[in-house]
Amino acid sequence: MPRELETAVHPEKLKRVVIEPVTRVEGHGKVTILLDEDNRVHQARFHIVEFRGFEKFIQGRPYTEVPVLVQRLCGICPVSHNLAASKAMDVIVGATPPPAADKLRRLMHMGQMLQSHALHFFHLSSPDLLFGFDAEVGKRNIAGLAMEFPDIARQGVGLRKFGQEVIRMTSGKRVHGTGVIPGGMSKNLSCEDRDWLLAEIDQVVRWSQEAVNLIKRLYGDHKDFYNDFGYYRSSFMSLVREDGAMDLYHGGLRAIDDKGQTIFDHVDYSHYGDYIHEEVKSWSYMKFPFIRSQGREEGWYRVGPLARVNNCDFIPTPLAEAERKIFKEYDEGRATHATLSFHWARMIEMLHSAEAIRELLHDDDLLSNDLVNTGERQLRGVGVIEAPRGTLIHHYRINEDEQIVRANLIVATTHNNQAMNEAIRQVALQYLDGQQLTEGLLNYIEVAIRAFDPCLSCATHALGKMPLEVELINAEGARVQHLIKDSDGKHHA
Amino acid sequence: MSGTITIDGKTVPFTGGQTIMDAALEAGVYIPHLCHNPEFKPHGSCKLCVVEANGRNVTSCTMPASPDMVVINDTPELNEDRKALVQMLFVEGNHICPACEATGNCQLQAAGYYLHMQSPRFMHFYPPRRVDASHPDIFLDLNRCILCELCVRASRDIDKKNVFGISGRGIDSHLVVNSESGKLGDTNMTVTDKAAHVCPTGAILIKRKGYTMPIGKRTFDQKTLREFHLEQQKRVEPKDGPDGG
Ligand code: SF4
Ligand code: FES
Repeated sequence: MPRELETAVHPEKLKRVVIEPVTRVEGHGKVTILLDEDNRVHQARFHIVEFRGFEKFIQGRPYTEVPVLVQRLCGICPVSHNLAASKAMDVIVGATPPPAADKLRRLMHMGQMLQSHALHFFHLSSPDLLFGFDAEVGKRNIAGLAMEFPDIARQGVGLRKFGQEVIRMTSGKRVHGTGVIPGGMSKNLSCEDRDWLLAEIDQVVRWSQEAVNLIKRLYGDHKDFYNDFGYYRSSFMSLVREDGAMDLYHGGLRAIDDKGQTIFDHVDYSHYGDYIHEEVKSWSYMKFPFIRSQGREEGWYRVGPLARVNNCDFIPTPLAEAERKIFKEYDEGRATHATLSFHWARMIEMLHSAEAIRELLHDDDLLSNDLVNTGERQLRGVGVIEAPRGTLIHHYRINEDEQIVRANLIVATTHNNQAMNEAIRQVALQYLDGQQLTEGLLNYIEVAIRAFDPCLSCATHALGKMPLEVELINAEGARVQHLIKDSDGKHHA
Repeated sequence: MSGTITIDGKTVPFTGGQTIMDAALEAGVYIPHLCHNPEFKPHGSCKLCVVEANGRNVTSCTMPASPDMVVINDTPELNEDRKALVQMLFVEGNHICPACEATGNCQLQAAGYYLHMQSPRFMHFYPPRRVDASHPDIFLDLNRCILCELCVRASRDIDKKNVFGISGRGIDSHLVVNSESGKLGDTNMTVTDKAAHVCPTGAILIKRKGYTMPIGKRTFDQKTLREFHLEQQKRVEPKDGPDGG
């Protein structure tokens, strides 16, 4: 970092810009920027201003309830929490799910990946990318997109809907399904549903390919901007399969540093605590995890699509693998650390998810009735998956009465906490320093955060959304500008 | 004594000792209820079954039928009162259907649907209630107890174990376990006891069962509370409790 922006030397003399909470992000977060008289940036922080202890809430509940309960953590990725908790409960009931259950869960997970990535790209990010970050606010939303790029908007809706159908058919409900149970699944996929999905899947793969092409084109059209916007290098962490392939459902933990050197590899995730620690900082409720061997200062890392595409040795489906190679080699590898590359990597993953669904649909195991295994009960279980936003860790302890006594959840957004702070500091220096602030410029900050697709309701373990607000406060602490945004990104003065 | 009564204009026969509820159910006439179960002595606590008999409001599950009684049951007013009662039950306890494994098998939830309940309507009490996981096979969650006393009756009258009782008065009434420690694990209750399978809500759960029964295949995914109760009446010797087991 060219200038240290975590903590200003004389904060009391500075004026404060508050972006609260960041729009089009789930949950309640806040950005504060301290500026001096000349609008030079002295401090920039992304923090969480509220916390509701979900871990406390589930204490005393029977473990069978937990995979369903935790889905309430998040309105966007309930399936991820359901699966991570269920994988932990597999350990607790001492059973590896039979192959059919494993495949059904993978199918559900790929459906979730598809719908979440489509939602993020088409609804939340493509308006910025297609219209420009400082384009007229009224236009920078999905409605504006539907007006000017109806085909793109339609494909976005179609992809999302297909993903949701996969979830409904495998989990039993459109949201908060109960298909996944400790040790396996409670239901299979019906023939009828399988056939419906098969009829749609080729189109879904095609649309996903077009989405990759779209982000590639946008990137190429403004290559320098995309490369440089909030650029910094970091370590990356994700699960990988035993052979190094991308595996979003199961694997060992791999971390590489900013030069591409391995920090650890194929780590059994039930020992995650030996590799990752969480630091608490007074100014945020969200913890700051770091890789132990790298230390508190240097040990931060990124998770999510960019981390996964960078970390894996290959993607086990052909179209996505071809795209991964293009991405890695692009501009001599410069794209691999760029903040806005998250979008590109996300679309490669969406394509992989579509291809993986197509492969799975041809597997008759999905129709099997051999769905649950049982075993010897354990008192501790850790479940990890790669959720759409990144590595998701669920860790539980139960007592002999089969009640939860302790839970620890590390969600993707928490892993990315320090990285998001780095990103906004970069952007603040690049675009805001010394400038007269405008809504367009403030949106740059949000664009940097949004690239991570953070889910603050997961990170705060709170439920529901909060209203959106931007405040500009001068050196005396008086409010000079006030802007409220609703969750569609619409503005009111 | 036997004879006939009319319920909403329909003639319904009854035999000696039958209540309005017994006669109605036998004739296939539905009166909504929660604490009544044809296998047990009536208890009359939930008040859902209140009807107008000869111009007076009575609990039909406890009121003996008498010759030529004129009963009014299925009216918007009475159903509105029933809905309010169900809403009160919801706010008096901690009933979080999305996080309850009894969802789809729960009669309280089914009553809410049957009576077109759209909201809790009243302020939630959020009472602090006890959870007892001490029994190896049974989980007792008083957050969901509606004090219907079915478990009390089943344990006392059928299992002959007297595991449960009610203590306290009015809003302080609560279910207690009759063991020295007050814990279920210290009683002789077993998972095959009748009392383990009569709870109309998710207050008494069989451990490790969880969500093994998929949503979509649960009792009230298939039928309404009315159909369930009318079938329950028809079963001469019912084996399964309302938990869909
Ligand atoms: S535990 Fe169930 S059966 Fe017993 S009184 Fe409470 S609601 Fe009724
Ligand atoms: S059914 Fe009659 S009072 Fe409950």
